[in-house]
Amino acid sequence: MADTQLKLKDHLRESRIFTSRVIVAGVGVAALVLVILMRMIYLQVMSHDHFTTLSQNNRVSIVPVPPTRGLIFDRNGEVLAQNLPSFSLELVPEKIDDVDATIKALGEIISFSDNDVSQFKKARKRSKAYQSLPLRFRLNEEEVARFSIRQHQFSGVEIKARLMREYPHGSLAVHALGYVGRINEAEMKVLNPADYNGTTHVGKTGVERYYEDILHGDVGFRKIESNARGRILRVLEEERPTPGHNIFLNLDINVQRAAEEALQGKRGAVVAIDVKTGGMIALASMPGFDPNPFVNGIDSKSYRQLADSVDRPLFNRAIKGRYPPGSTLKPFVGLAGLEYDEVHGGSEISCIGWYQLKNDEHKYRDWKKTGHGSVTLDDAIVESCDVYFYDLALQLGIDRIYEFNKHFGFGRVTGVDILGETTGLLPSRDWKRRVKREAWYPGETLITGIGQGFNVTSPVQLAVGTSILANYGLHINPKLVYATQESGKGTLEYLPLEVVGTVPIVKKENWDYMMESMKRVVHSHRGTARKIAAGATYTIAGKTGTAQVFGIAQEEEYDQENLEDHLRDHALFIAFAPAEDPQIAVSVIVENGESGGGVAAPIARVVLDAFLLRKNTRG
Amino acid sequence: MARSALSQGFESKQKTGAQDFFQSFHIDWPLMTGIIILCVLGLVVLYSASGEDWATMTRQMVWLCIALTVMILTAQIPPHHLEFWAPWVFGIGLMFLVLVLLFGDVGKGAQRWLNFGLFRFQPSEMMKFAVPMMVAWYMATKPLPPSTKRIMVALLIILIPVGLIAKQPDLGTSLLVASAGLFVLLLTGVSWVLIGGFLVTLAAVAPVVWFFYMHDYQRQRVLTFLNPENDPLGSGYHIIQSKIAIGSGGLYGKGWLNGTQSQLDFLPERSTDFIFAVFAEEFGLVGVVGLLAVYLYIIFRGMIIAVQAQSTFGRLLAGSLVLTFMVYIIVNIGMVSGLLPVVGVPLPLVSYGGTSLVTLMIAFGILMSIHTHRKLLTS
Repeated sequence: MADTQLKLKDHLRESRIFTSRVIVAGVGVAALVLVILMRMIYLQVMSHDHFTTLSQNNRVSIVPVPPTRGLIFDRNGEVLAQNLPSFSLELVPEKIDDVDATIKALGEIISFSDNDVSQFKKARKRSKAYQSLPLRFRLNEEEVARFSIRQHQFSGVEIKARLMREYPHGSLAVHALGYVGRINEAEMKVLNPADYNGTTHVGKTGVERYYEDILHGDVGFRKIESNARGRILRVLEEERPTPGHNIFLNLDINVQRAAEEALQGKRGAVVAIDVKTGGMIALASMPGFDPNPFVNGIDSKSYRQLADSVDRPLFNRAIKGRYPPGSTLKPFVGLAGLEYDEVHGGSEISCIGWYQLKNDEHKYRDWKKTGHGSVTLDDAIVESCDVYFYDLALQLGIDRIYEFNKHFGFGRVTGVDILGETTGLLPSRDWKRRVKREAWYPGETLITGIGQGFNVTSPVQLAVGTSILANYGLHINPKLVYATQESGKGTLEYLPLEVVGTVPIVKKENWDYMMESMKRVVHSHRGTARKIAAGATYTIAGKTGTAQVFGIAQEEEYDQENLEDHLRDHALFIAFAPAEDPQIAVSVIVENGESGGGVAAPIARVVLDAFLLRKNTRG
Repeated sequence: MARSALSQGFESKQKTGAQDFFQSFHIDWPLMTGIIILCVLGLVVLYSASGEDWATMTRQMVWLCIALTVMILTAQIPPHHLEFWAPWVFGIGLMFLVLVLLFGDVGKGAQRWLNFGLFRFQPSEMMKFAVPMMVAWYMATKPLPPSTKRIMVALLIILIPVGLIAKQPDLGTSLLVASAGLFVLLLTGVSWVLIGGFLVTLAAVAPVVWFFYMHDYQRQRVLTFLNPENDPLGSGYHIIQSKIAIGSGGLYGKGWLNGTQSQLDFLPERSTDFIFAVFAEEFGLVGVVGLLAVYLYIIFRGMIIAVQAQSTFGRLLAGSLVLTFMVYIIVNIGMVSGLLPVVGVPLPLVSYGGTSLVTLMIAFGILMSIHTHRKLLTS
């Protein structure tokens, strides 16, 4: 029985031990549950906001909706830049397992260049994986059909209709309009990513570039809910993009066309300005190029062709071209003579074909070897006598020439609404000391007086100067754009005229004298531009010019026949019309055109005709 | 006695026909109530987690019926039969484990299944009750507390199957099997000094296991656990997404079927191991507290059953099974909420899947058997 006794005792003890262990375990369970509970409070109460944000970010993504770019119209309401629907082949990298393989497979259905692929890869690097990126633009209907049949083989690839910039007039006015192109990496850094989210193109040159902010518009967005695989389930919120504003140019496409046709086959530029407003009626630089291939990235071969061409079609001569003004500067120097009272209408000098400074052997030649004989200022303008202006320049001195010509906008940017214009160069004593570290020599004053030497102007500067002259000194900055228009609304918002100031006038008669002389350049039988007077139904005031490209030595002759084409003189002409009530000021430069009166002036006449004889549609 | 006052409360209140009915089928109705509540809750969450997929729901309900049937059948077996068969069950289980290593089917990078043609069977699952049965049987053969030598033998009994399961490899199951065995030892009254010594040894062995016995994917899981943000799209994705789901649920949750993390597929394995995150996202902290309350109710009912058990074997086995059930809960919620590494332990009675359900129901069946086969001295 002792055995049973022992076992019974053990049983009670075991039970007691067991119970105490269960209690310990129960406390353990309670402790662990408490830990879990604290963890839950930490996650669900204390960190709730944080995780709510994360959860929102998981499912909600914001997809930008790019705005429609504003249109560009000319002064008569003709469309110069528009947006046309165009089919593009787009890929969403997130939805594609092997992008490279997919591109390769697509290559068998739709042709695209290496350029397209590299553009795509660049775009991919700087965008989010869920964004749809274009691989090729402007698919034709056949390509669209070919892809559509096989679409099921390409998940994450689709054809999208996008609005694509198009320039209906092709190369016409390209240097004024400029063009848009795909955003490149350098631009990406400068552009505000919030505004350009979803936008693929940006203005690269011309008005497209200058008025980018107005044309672009404001990006909209779509808040979408998507699942873990990126499939869009619904649109939670949407804000429509604000389209860019339309812009209206002073440019008259018919005048522009006339200018470009007149310049056809030549290298040169024409700038025409509305004298009363500073509006740019035409801005031509020839040769030009078709901007349309640039919109989606021109292929490198075609680009090289343009970039390497000796005619430099990509170069905007109208605002960037640097030319000696030659004799077209004479009206300004002549007016300076009158205003500073160094000469008056009756002053005569004798031109014997050359001019010499005291104590200097150097002969400053007139373009006319035999000389013009006895000439007044009027004669000197009409016949473009160099000797008269050598003498006048000497009397005025470089400082006064500089001071006076400065009022006409020479030597500084004109403020035209295209980026990259040249300042040109209006030489001065100070400039020479600063840049050349040399004193000013009297001989340099002489050649400055006939627009040679250090003088450099751009076509747009010459046109502005002419316009100021025609306007009795009123200086208004030239502008291509005169108004903007909110998309969908009829009212135009006019941009204010940028009036710089007026040239201080000593005697109005001096200005009348100079304008009369310029009129006689065209309308007198001795005028250097008399040829263009034929058949004109209005009066033209002008001034011819030839600018030396090639410096000839003292005793050498300018041998027209044996000179290489690119070393021949530039032909220049400035004009305004009608002479009595100037409406339009024009500058024409034909590179290596040789004759201002024979080559440049007729082009100006065509432009003046196109503007003054047009059927007036805008007041 | 205080404890009997508490425990008697469940029985003495109702002496109804219904209770007699349950009693005659050896069903412990307080435990049964907890289980049913949990299963219904599980189906509700699964409906949401599966994306309202009725095929999944039907399969799970079929499994539930099977599991409940198995539970009731198990409850019919008197505890002394279980005790008698314990070494056999353990032996057969061990043999299966060896067979798995030799001929088992491979799935998800591990060799866990035995294919019997008609059905596939996971022997490691049966060890979840076979091991505590065996240890409890062994311990009950001699008076307690056990001698050091007997403890060593018991450890060997545990270690062999645990080692075999870890080798498959199945970290989650081996952990559960090991704790089931060790809980028996804890309940026998092994001195705290020995337990402390064991824990120290474990800490010393851990690095050895890390370097020589762990698979790369297991080490990866541990590393990921330590800093899931290191690999947010790879191995850390699970934990990050489940923490987002739980945290964004807040106090009251996003509402049933409205959990964005789960409904929009951001949460992986949301019907199985990560179903708790779905629950927490949709029902919030309030729901979580409710769920924990049901679990605690079941655990404490199980503990009462263990304390009231009349044989040493029954006591030890019941206690161990209840505590293992708790380990399930803690490990699952711990891993889903980022407190513990992802070891692949389902949320008991809620996670989708039949195998663990059946195993759990067998354990509950054993508990019921132990409780309902008592010879009531008081009546």
